[in-house]
Amino acid sequence: METNTAILLTMLIPAGAAVANLVFRNRADLRDGITLAAAVATFLMVLTILSNVGNGTTEPLVLFEVLPGLDFAFSVEPLGLLFAIVASGLWIITHLYGIGYMRGNNEKNHARFFASFSLAISAVMGIAFASNMFTLFIFYEILTLSTYPLVAHKGTPEAIRGARTYLGILLGTSIALQLLALIWTYSITGTLDFTKGGILEGYIAGPAVAVLLALYAFGIGKAALMPFHRWLPAAMVAPTPVSALLHAVAVVKAGVFTMLKVGIYIFGIDFLAETGASEWLMWLAAYTIIAASIIAMTKDNLKARLAYSTISQLAYITLGMALATSMGALGGGMHIAMHAMGKITLFMAAGSIYVATHKTNISQMNGLGRIMPITYAAFFIGALSIIGLPPLGGSWSKWLLIVGAADTGQWIMIGVLMVSSLLNVAYLLPIIGRGFFSPLPEGSPTKISESPLLVWLPPAITALGTIILFFYAGALQEFLSPIVSAN
Amino acid sequence: MAVVETTRVAMTLYDHLPVLQVLVPLVSAPLIVLIGSRRLTWSIAFTASAVSFVIAILLLMQVIDGSIISYQIGGWAPPLGIEYRVDAANAFVLLLVSGISTLVLPYARESIKSEIPARHHTLFYAAFMLCLTGLLGVTITGDAFNVFVFLEISSLSTYVLIAMGSYRDKRALTAAYDYLIMGTIGATFFVIGLGMLYMATGTLNMADLADRIADQGANRTVRAAFAFIVVGMGLKIAIYPLHLWLPRAYTFAPSAVTVFLAATATKVAIYVLLRFTFSVFQPKFMFEVNTLEFIILPFAILAMFAASFIAIFQTDFKRMLAYSSIAQIGYMLLGISLLTETGLTATVVYLFNHGITKATLFMGVGILVLRSGGSFYNRIQGMGKTMPWTSAAIVIGGLSLIGVPGTAGFISKWTLVEATIEKGWWPVSILIVLSSLLAVIYVWRVFEVLYLKAPLAGTNYKEAPLTMLIPMWILALSCIYFGLATDVTLTAARAAAQGLLAGSAGMF
Repeated sequence: METNTAILLTMLIPAGAAVANLVFRNRADLRDGITLAAAVATFLMVLTILSNVGNGTTEPLVLFEVLPGLDFAFSVEPLGLLFAIVASGLWIITHLYGIGYMRGNNEKNHARFFASFSLAISAVMGIAFASNMFTLFIFYEILTLSTYPLVAHKGTPEAIRGARTYLGILLGTSIALQLLALIWTYSITGTLDFTKGGILEGYIAGPAVAVLLALYAFGIGKAALMPFHRWLPAAMVAPTPVSALLHAVAVVKAGVFTMLKVGIYIFGIDFLAETGASEWLMWLAAYTIIAASIIAMTKDNLKARLAYSTISQLAYITLGMALATSMGALGGGMHIAMHAMGKITLFMAAGSIYVATHKTNISQMNGLGRIMPITYAAFFIGALSIIGLPPLGGSWSKWLLIVGAADTGQWIMIGVLMVSSLLNVAYLLPIIGRGFFSPLPEGSPTKISESPLLVWLPPAITALGTIILFFYAGALQEFLSPIVSAN
Repeated sequence: MAVVETTRVAMTLYDHLPVLQVLVPLVSAPLIVLIGSRRLTWSIAFTASAVSFVIAILLLMQVIDGSIISYQIGGWAPPLGIEYRVDAANAFVLLLVSGISTLVLPYARESIKSEIPARHHTLFYAAFMLCLTGLLGVTITGDAFNVFVFLEISSLSTYVLIAMGSYRDKRALTAAYDYLIMGTIGATFFVIGLGMLYMATGTLNMADLADRIADQGANRTVRAAFAFIVVGMGLKIAIYPLHLWLPRAYTFAPSAVTVFLAATATKVAIYVLLRFTFSVFQPKFMFEVNTLEFIILPFAILAMFAASFIAIFQTDFKRMLAYSSIAQIGYMLLGISLLTETGLTATVVYLFNHGITKATLFMGVGILVLRSGGSFYNRIQGMGKTMPWTSAAIVIGGLSLIGVPGTAGFISKWTLVEATIEKGWWPVSILIVLSSLLAVIYVWRVFEVLYLKAPLAGTNYKEAPLTMLIPMWILALSCIYFGLATDVTLTAARAAAQGLLAGSAGMF
């Protein structure tokens, strides 16, 4: 199949699935079946693109020109392709999990839920394949809007409040800061195309570079850089499949993906290194890494703890870009995949515990590991990957980030990454310890009582995924290498 | 810029388009009253409106490249005779006005049934067509006094139309009365300004006026005239402190009238302001001598923030939209105050995009009111479930009002911010994006009311009739279409901006 057709289909298939969800809103099996087929088809389309293009790039597919010099256009490049593979692959698993979770948990409004979910995936594909910042921005906003109903899903006052925070911060930062950054960039360069080596060099100099970078860095609220991170914990009121795919993979990764794109293709790594404009961002990312980890330790609600862990891990990727070296950028790119696989495992395991026991707080989870061995095993593996221990995927991206920091002589950053690993240990492993070593409370079942199959199986699969990623990390690095190679 | 002079030799119907633009709706109004049959009146009104829409398209096609059509009424040459003059700026406004009226009429047919007693329907359509005539006339004419005449035609018929809301809510009468007083003060100011200009120059043809003002420079009479005209139009535009008539008029008028007025009346007034400040008075004169930008700018920013804040705290959907309109007018004025090509382009494109956005939204409210009997938030809550199509269109309109990418509102906001950055007015760019966050708040309140609140107990509203849904959806989809395909809107707006900035040179 033509690559360009496949690109369009990666967006049209999920969008079609969203419509189908609404049309067949009362026929649960047909509806969920269609969505599953769509998820598989989308993944196959992405694989088609992969087999056609490899890790090369394509000429932009220009659909039409919106403003002079600003096309609605798509193209393939390694970073975007990786993001698309991760998101569409995990969509299949999460969808299965979502069916199990929503039915097992007797949630309401399935059709609206899955329709919004599919629409969000469609937007993610648009972000992944956008060939300029303008197109990316359009899909970035669609992603925010289409995930809003998911966060507000339960309709309780708490959910509505959470959704308001979610929307307020994401829409607010993007309109007030990112849009301004886009228009500024456009007005000085006349383009927003993603170009190797960046487009800004020669058009802007001095402190203005750092200001523009700040507009982007804070404007991309989805990257959850402090102080604009509040939306992520707020979004945890959503049902767990949403937290799993959207807030461990799609939405937050769309944020850091955009951040990397801006760093690599708008500013250019070399330009950032020359001007030193990203140094403050590096410090802020380091601060976010440590601060979010410490907050995570204080959270008793499991999903809240994972949310703060995500904030901390996202800052790794921002840090990778801010280091302004090719190793850092590579490590950041790789961390998108590694962290996605690890964190989705943790979220799905947390959801599994909730479905089986309706417990949300870590302090109540004594001894659960004994009756839910698979869920806990998956959680353990996912946690180790997040911490960055071999033989799990997360170790490689952290390794590359450390190499990147060493390249630039940022010894303190190496220290930050190390300390962060220790903090990860401190807030993730006690959950496991409590699960296995604390006694079960009186009167609870002692036999194995896992959650339904569709709920425990997906995290087990992704846990295996983190192990597999460890062995294919070299291939992955090879795959991403063109993004930082010389022009 | 070539001026196409129409001579009396071998004129075809095509050459008469400029006058037909106004004549068709004008003739239809008495026809409606004379025929009086209720079934026919609507058809006549709709046909006349559709014809004038087609004419507007044909005119725009002729002038979008920057050329100008000059039409002499009755063959009397200007400056003595009345001249109609079509360029990109007013052809674009003509398109908006006639397009909206053509969409509003099918909507009105169903909507007024529940708002106006059947025996007054013919009167309604006649007044509506007169209003349309007035707005088109104001826009197309090249004669300053003719502007005043048409302005009065449209205003008087507007007072009648608003007052017709009194069958549903008596407060429409005081709203109409308020507008009558304020509108008359505005028109009086305007005509005093014209009188002074006539005193100073001895002519009323705009092109001729421009020429003579340029010759004699700024004297006190001309300056006073200018002040009177700006304030007079300011009342009609509802520039922030002069806006008092607007919220009540929009809230209590029949739904269809609100749609039409919100999308067209203030826009036409802005056009007149543009035409006078740029074409009749020289931009140089206006801005360097009189520093108009520093008078307009603060009011524009005041409107953007104050009116948006007020909109946030409304509990009535219609009133909220009315205040939002006042805020949006601020953005359009801001574009004018920049005095650059991009700035004016932004204003003109804003005018159009906001017209279709607000029309979508007011049509949506109208439908909600038709079914639920009120537009207070506690009356319409939960209607996203019972009336999915209407609510979905409101969502699209609302997103366009915020300026979410992919909608028409985004294009206008983008152009405006781009213009401020180009000019180097950084703080203003920041104020624009900050104030659009206020729009997020007031729009999102409505979304939450529609979708997240439970429907009122015991209500199960039917979806609206198709004759109302289709026009609304045409507008909603055009909000998206013009958010992605900006060829027509931006090209026309840019041509208009260039024409206006060329000052009186643009008139010849």
